[in-house]
Amino acid sequence: MPSSEENVAESTNNVIIEVKNVTKSYRRESIEIPVLSDITLEVAAGEFLALMGPSGSGKTTLLNLIAGIDRPDSGDVLVNKTNITSLGESALAKWRARNVGFVFQFYNLLPVLTAFENVELPLLLTNLSKKEKREHVEAALQLVGLGDRMKHFPKQLSGGQEQRVAIARAIVTDPTLLVADEPTGDLDKVSAGEIMTLLERLNKEFKKTIVMVTHDPRATEKAHKVMHLDKGELNV
Amino acid sequence: MRILKLIFRNLSRHKLRSGLTVLGISIAVLFFGILRTVVDAWYSGVEASANNRLITRHAVSFIIPLPYSYKEQIARISEVTGVTFASWFQGVYIDQNQFFTRLAVEADTYFDGYPEFLVDKEQLETFKRERNACIIGEKIARDYNLKIGDIMPIEGDIFPGKYEFTVRGIYKPRDERTDATQMLFHWKYIDERLQQEEPSRAGNVGWYVVTIADPSKAAQASESIDALSANSRAETKTETEAAFQQSFVSMSGAIITAMNFVSFVIIGVILLVLANTMVMTARERMREYAVLKTLGFTAGHLAGLIAGESLCISFLGGLVGIGLAFPAVSAIAALIPSGWFPIFDLKPMTLVSSSVSALVVGILAAVFPIWRATSIRIVDGLRQIG
Repeated sequence: MPSSEENVAESTNNVIIEVKNVTKSYRRESIEIPVLSDITLEVAAGEFLALMGPSGSGKTTLLNLIAGIDRPDSGDVLVNKTNITSLGESALAKWRARNVGFVFQFYNLLPVLTAFENVELPLLLTNLSKKEKREHVEAALQLVGLGDRMKHFPKQLSGGQEQRVAIARAIVTDPTLLVADEPTGDLDKVSAGEIMTLLERLNKEFKKTIVMVTHDPRATEKAHKVMHLDKGELNV
Repeated sequence: MRILKLIFRNLSRHKLRSGLTVLGISIAVLFFGILRTVVDAWYSGVEASANNRLITRHAVSFIIPLPYSYKEQIARISEVTGVTFASWFQGVYIDQNQFFTRLAVEADTYFDGYPEFLVDKEQLETFKRERNACIIGEKIARDYNLKIGDIMPIEGDIFPGKYEFTVRGIYKPRDERTDATQMLFHWKYIDERLQQEEPSRAGNVGWYVVTIADPSKAAQASESIDALSANSRAETKTETEAAFQQSFVSMSGAIITAMNFVSFVIIGVILLVLANTMVMTARERMREYAVLKTLGFTAGHLAGLIAGESLCISFLGGLVGIGLAFPAVSAIAALIPSGWFPIFDLKPMTLVSSSVSALVVGILAAVFPIWRATSIRIVDGLRQIG
């Protein structure tokens, strides 16, 4: 069985994410605040990339652009050869549903749904049968170690468990790409370690390409590559 | 199914708020239903009018009587198939609060002109024979516990004196639109008394009820009838029964306009109550909507979720309101004197308009939250604190 480094080496020619000359700024009242300036970046399939940087450096903005939940002012973002900057809102929503799994800092589970139902949410947009959906959800929850917590509501789970439900929701559709925005930012050290081990496993065993934004240097230990963003510019 | 489940679960998130909103809508729908019922009751006489009946009254006002002698002249007009007449008697039965229509009519012909008053043949014949007999509507008989043979003492006011009428018949309404709250007795009985006590007032009738063969010739027949008395001391005005009834309704025009206005204000209030709830709800869940968008849910999905919740609340409120309207209208009908509103019940159209109003309000209340939820950028939505 090849090591993860070998996997990445093999796939370096297989670029899955291409960020080309991307510029992004925000407007607050009449002031334009530049966030990203002429960023170019490539991520290989199966790579685990960590983006670091101080607050306001633009790392979450870059992650959002890669995930197709925000649009650049100029430049292109290609994922799996699809230029997602040229997609309309509806097409982009469908693309996200098929290709991207999201893990947020604050989990963002729907409080009125059980763990099972939260994980099932992305599958509601597919044509899978009820039985297939149940199998997928159960498999995802088993994978994150919450097979016995399916009927629990988010408020009945710990922070670490909630984040694992969020990861199960992110992988249930078997997306190509996982994006994680500070996935350990709201967790204690032990839970954070468990989440990082889980993400590492998803990357190694299930060949998921992961782009993760983090402030936590310990979290970057599992990543293949760490990039630093500062004042809108990227440094490896 | 999961989406429906999510809608129902969202509804139960703030049970007190959802409950109060449903209650607010149900009370508004209840009052809307009651007000529409009152307005409908006002128009019930117009709705119950026959299209082949004309009413001939004094050209100045229907309170001014017409000579009895017009009857034969009107009957000779070619379009006319029947003529009868009535006089408003009023009087006091038991006390001033017991109000229902009391008319002195031409006993031999009146029921021919009103085939919707179903009266037993034998009872009718007995009525025609006895000068002091009366026929009463089924509702009056029920409300005052009257039966055949009972005496109804009436203290006259327009026609002063004490009168005693014997109930000889009880008519049934042909359908739910027919007024079953009238008391009808012999005009001759009243007129004979006038001849003795106030001869100058005798020989007059209140209005003529003219039946025509062809309703499309109503205008022509009316012209012919009015031409008979042109330039006389008692000129007539003939109009369809519906127009005659409408003129009574028009006397209360301001009240009806006010009630119509208030009933639509109530719809506006429901809209504001529900819109307020939905705006608060959407604002609190903006982050969740952003998460759903991130997962691939489209604007259509979000619109369905929000509109679904809004419609559920309005539907529940409407259902409770309509459910309460039935006993409320029955209670009001029992409280008000029978004769005020002969027909006072919830009409199917009122139920439909209440339901439609509630559902339209449900949709309208969701418009702004849907616009907010679908137009906000995902990245901005994710930053919102619920």
